[in-house]
Amino acid sequence: MKVTEKDVAYVADLANLELTEEERARMLRDLNSILEYMERLGELETDKVAPMAQVSDRYGVDESRHGSDRFAYAIREDVKGGLRESLPHDVAVKNAPDTDGTFFEVPKVIER
Amino acid sequence: MSELTIDDVRSAIAGRHTTATALAHDFYERIRKEDLEIGAYLTVCKDRALAQAARIDAMAAEGKPLPPLGGVPVAIKDVMVTNGVRTTAGSKILENFIPPYDCTAVARLEAAGAVILGKLNCDEFAMGSSNENSAYHVVHNPRDKSRVPGGSSGGSAAAVAAEMAVATLGSDTGGSIRQPASFCGVVGLKPTYGRVSRYGLIAFASSLDHIGPFAKTVKEVALVLRIIAGRDPMDSTSAEVPVPDYVAELEKPVKGLKVGVAKEYFGSGLDPEVGAAVESAIQKLAGLGCEIVPLSLPHTEYAVPTYYIVATAEASANLARFDGVRYGFRAKAGNLSQMYRLTRDGGFGMEVKRRIMLGTYALSAGYYDAYYLKAQKVRTLLTRDFDEAFKKVDVIAAPTCPTPAFKLGEKVNDPLAMYLADIYTVTANLAGIPGISVPCGENHEKLPIGLQLFARHFDEATLLRVAHAYEQERSVAC
Repeated sequence: MKVTEKDVAYVADLANLELTEEERARMLRDLNSILEYMERLGELETDKVAPMAQVSDRYGVDESRHGSDRFAYAIREDVKGGLRESLPHDVAVKNAPDTDGTFFEVPKVIER
Repeated sequence: MSELTIDDVRSAIAGRHTTATALAHDFYERIRKEDLEIGAYLTVCKDRALAQAARIDAMAAEGKPLPPLGGVPVAIKDVMVTNGVRTTAGSKILENFIPPYDCTAVARLEAAGAVILGKLNCDEFAMGSSNENSAYHVVHNPRDKSRVPGGSSGGSAAAVAAEMAVATLGSDTGGSIRQPASFCGVVGLKPTYGRVSRYGLIAFASSLDHIGPFAKTVKEVALVLRIIAGRDPMDSTSAEVPVPDYVAELEKPVKGLKVGVAKEYFGSGLDPEVGAAVESAIQKLAGLGCEIVPLSLPHTEYAVPTYYIVATAEASANLARFDGVRYGFRAKAGNLSQMYRLTRDGGFGMEVKRRIMLGTYALSAGYYDAYYLKAQKVRTLLTRDFDEAFKKVDVIAAPTCPTPAFKLGEKVNDPLAMYLADIYTVTANLAGIPGISVPCGENHEKLPIGLQLFARHFDEATLLRVAHAYEQERSVAC
């Protein structure tokens, strides 16, 4: 077992999940079985291979340029007020579980 | 009403044989009767649909030419936001979410005259291969109701198969369009990454997510792609690449095109009946004058582990926004930190939590290099496999899935077995190349089998042309 109960608790904490006892037990089992399967990537020699974060790194970019200049196509002229109008305030808060009409309201912030 | 194509609908309305309004009512009646046993729809939006139908009918009454999808009843996977129409992503955390804007692909469909009937069921946040992870209800495969429709766009495939929409949109992060298309016996296309704007698609894994169409024929899929494709300033990854007239390109001959067949897609784990159907489809392409070229995509066996590291890592970041503050479900709690946790605990289903945990683990200090960075490097190797292959061939033919549709409940308690259902589809997402699934036969239980084709980046024209030629040849033979 690579992942321990302590790891599950630590990762759940990072992910802002609480998880029930039963869920934690299931996570422990599932994460170990999935990660064991993923270990096979270790069979590949990748020291000299560049990582690929996204497809647009390689396609549709200006190959003659470097760094972020490659994505020049994605840059636009500044438009006053943006591409479209911002959402009106009342629309932006309409889905909020709790709002005073101006702000999103949340319970007290207390250090845990 | 059955077997209606986009062309049928448009010409029937233009010729005043029916109206868009009557057709929309017919489809809603059909949904009311059929969908109790299928479960493809989560929400219908009658007001929006009938308003659009009235606009199309007014155009037809004035004798104006109809737009390309004028009056065509379509439906949208519930991961694409729709202005004023509830959008859940198949999750309880968005049960009452009413988006204030439209996804670009949806807006483009409607601007082209389509009548949007409603929103379609899917795995929660598009995470699943069977549609069983929907927080609302399962979807039954219209071809055999004891079986899954595939996932995650199960509702999108089932709605087309059961004639509850003429065409639908789905999303494909690891096979979520192609696999259900294969399971339900319809056509499903995942375009090139950057071909269709993702603006308004609720993000699962941003570097792997794609929007694409489902329909019963390749031609209809080509028609819908032309409408939704193209640069959108609201998605900086949508590419500035011209959009050809895909339908016009369909009739060009396929003779002389090179079709690659990779041995890695025909190994152990492939159901023999699926293998035989796909082999016979490849022989049909040879009969049409395509040259069949055996090749190797040597890193294929590493695709599933690579995919599930990259996808879950990105998902863990994307799903951080669901915290109960600005929209969606909020759990009652005494302080903010507890509110976040109880909201996410109560709002997300088990598979979503599992993927958030896996992704968070893969990105966490001490494991980042071993998992996430390693997977990104193998992603480069997998993409190079395709680069090399496409120096030699124009398209690659493979099965879409190792098996036909499996039984509801069969893999629900074994996440790894479920992940392996994506073994032939995840590579195209990692490399960003376009892929399509076209029906190519049935097994002894009359379950559909899908032929999958891949092409070079932004070469959907060739992909659709070969798929169309095969489809025509097959319908002649049947």
